[in-house]
Amino acid sequence: MIDYAVSILIFACIYGLVALGLNIQWGLTGLINLGQVAFFAVGAYTFALLSKIGMPFPVGVLVATLTGGGFGAAVAMFTPRLREDYLAIVTLGFSEFVRLILLNEKWLAGGPDGIAGIQRPMTIAGFGSEVSFLIIVVVTLAIAFAFTRRIEGFPIGRTLRAIREDETVVSSVGKVTLAYKTRAFMLGAALAGLGGAFFASYLSYISPDMFGPNVSIYVLAAVLIGRQGSSVATLASTALVALLLEGTRILKDYVTFVDGVELAALRLMLLGIALIAIVAVRYGPRRAV
Amino acid sequence: MSGTAILTADALVAGYGEMQILHGVSLELAAGEIVTVIGPNGCGKSTLLKTLAGLLRPQGGRIELNGLDITNATTRDRLRAGLGYVPQVRNVFGTMSVEENLRMGLFAVPGSIKDRQNSVREILPTLAEYWTATAGKLSGGQQQVVALGRALMASPTVLLLDEPSAGLSPKATSEVFHHIREISNRQGVAVLLVEQNAHKALEISDRCYILAEGRNQIDGTARSILNNPVVGKIYLGAYGEVE
Repeated sequence: MIDYAVSILIFACIYGLVALGLNIQWGLTGLINLGQVAFFAVGAYTFALLSKIGMPFPVGVLVATLTGGGFGAAVAMFTPRLREDYLAIVTLGFSEFVRLILLNEKWLAGGPDGIAGIQRPMTIAGFGSEVSFLIIVVVTLAIAFAFTRRIEGFPIGRTLRAIREDETVVSSVGKVTLAYKTRAFMLGAALAGLGGAFFASYLSYISPDMFGPNVSIYVLAAVLIGRQGSSVATLASTALVALLLEGTRILKDYVTFVDGVELAALRLMLLGIALIAIVAVRYGPRRAV
Repeated sequence: MSGTAILTADALVAGYGEMQILHGVSLELAAGEIVTVIGPNGCGKSTLLKTLAGLLRPQGGRIELNGLDITNATTRDRLRAGLGYVPQVRNVFGTMSVEENLRMGLFAVPGSIKDRQNSVREILPTLAEYWTATAGKLSGGQQQVVALGRALMASPTVLLLDEPSAGLSPKATSEVFHHIREISNRQGVAVLLVEQNAHKALEISDRCYILAEGRNQIDGTARSILNNPVVGKIYLGAYGEVE
């Protein structure tokens, strides 16, 4: 049971990294990204490929983060005038493009078979493998959280919020909004790449079907529930979504009247209902007093 | 026009993509004067201001500020050269306080934030009443004063105002126009004003340009425009005279 709880916490931290990234892009800057999973996948596969050639864990994580950020910058630079719905479509398309490349280009990343035998970091003396991993990912999340909090409080954070509200007003005070938007997208994608590296390392095996659009939607739901723009609320809501996602796996021990396939579908239905209920309570109309 | 021109636009051509809106508009602005640009919807008034402010790249023509060619300069360089711009409606940073809004105005130019804020508060004393309030929660008139204050932070010599009375009550409109006159009188700032509320704007203006279909149509002193019965009928409604 403890191992199971540790596992949920690890997933919560990994999704927390991805959600913090989306919070910079969408929450702070207003850039709707429905394809955050693409940068998550890029980070995971970069780490996995480097791991296979024996690259040390920290180097793999660093390169995966930078690669995720690089892809993010490229997407931002190719879509300089896109906002809101159009950007959402482009990012969704991009995430499917990445997934299909990973699925079909066997020479690059194993195709549908994926990559197995990905390394984990060394264990910390006195702790088991799982707890060591948890400590490392918690420390990484804490650093990422401190970083995003600083962004929120600094002038760049104010500018990103202002871009979300009205780009023309920001331009009128002499700020080059494209540069800010590119930076925001790059930082958000880099954090997703970082999350991807930990994801690959933790599972030791990755395949393209792990990077479907549902991952982007879960992360988007976490940022939405947490209200746009706040790192604290984003992390709290990510923990809630991770708990709903991973915690409901325990149902199989208690629900015996349905088989495994039906239970998996039931789990997703329950998750959907829970998300709708949370959003309805959080954003629903206030009762008149 | 009295005095030397500090802002000159000569045969400006501009638009959005293949859609050309301005077909060779020219105008001049001297220090300390208020000039209003009026015209029917879609005649290119806001496009003209965006082009002058650097938000829209001109396809032809020339813009000079204080003798400096700024035709292809960035918005930031124009601000540094003394050109301030206040966009139309929703022109404050809504989630920021009034103080932070003014701070943003000094982004592109060097200077002490405190000194500039004090100077702006002298010109716009009403700012002190809601200094710490969130800008997005202020009334339309108060937001317009905040937007004016933010533009003044960069010590502009020319201020471009895009429909400052849009969405305001008559009382708030009068207050905003009073502030604009004060800014011009006390700071010597030249103001180029685009307005739908032509009567009110002309009452505080020195001169006026009338645009139609992206071209200069008529120009003259504000009083002559107000007293011109033909112009009054076409552009100011049936009533076109001042006391």
